[in-house]
Amino acid sequence: MTQASDFLTLTLYGALTLVAIAQFMAMIRLWIGPGTGDRILALDTMFINAIGIIVLLGILQGTQIYFEAALIIAMLGFVSTVAYARFVLRGDIIE
Amino acid sequence: MSLDIIATYAVAVLLIIGSFFVVVAGIGLLKLNDPMTRLHAPTKAATLGIGAYLLAAMVSSFLSGSGSLHELLIMAFIFVTAPVSANFMAKANIHRRDCLPNPPELPDGDTWATLNVPEEDREIEEAPPNA
Repeated sequence: MTQASDFLTLTLYGALTLVAIAQFMAMIRLWIGPGTGDRILALDTMFINAIGIIVLLGILQGTQIYFEAALIIAMLGFVSTVAYARFVLRGDIIE
Repeated sequence: MSLDIIATYAVAVLLIIGSFFVVVAGIGLLKLNDPMTRLHAPTKAATLGIGAYLLAAMVSSFLSGSGSLHELLIMAFIFVTAPVSANFMAKANIHRRDCLPNPPELPDGDTWATLNVPEEDREIEEAPPNA
């Protein structure tokens, strides 16, 4: 059992590192653009990766309390992506 | 080999699968060439990777004794909203004329609905895109 849980801990830290790297890549895309669509896409990706980081923290600490935070970030991510895209499309969010 | 050990390895394997997809999404977002191609990488691969992470969280909660299926809610929400937001971003790209090829001109003064600009914003939009 200790061998299995050691392997799980190692995998968890590896997964956290890789999500952080992916988050950093999305941040670079947000920085260099070049178009508005790319920046919206990078923000959407960062929202999704943030959910991943929170879920991994929940597994690492063995708690359920991060579930609501992950759900709220998922909803905010969708709403903000749609709002940005609508602003680009129509120059207004709610007409 | 008891059930606990198998479940622990299952969580680890799900985490490895999820990390693979998330990193592929990050590399694709950074490395692909034009905006419409870049749209593919995160909207599919990253969503799948987060799905694997949430499955791992579910298995791990059953492993620690307080099993729950809460994470299915987040998974369903993400899987439903990812195509919708991808469609919106694609429409934004078309509107900014960042796609190749651009939509063809329509006969007798018509415009595409996606390229259409509200009446009061016409003079702002007359400036060339990406200026």
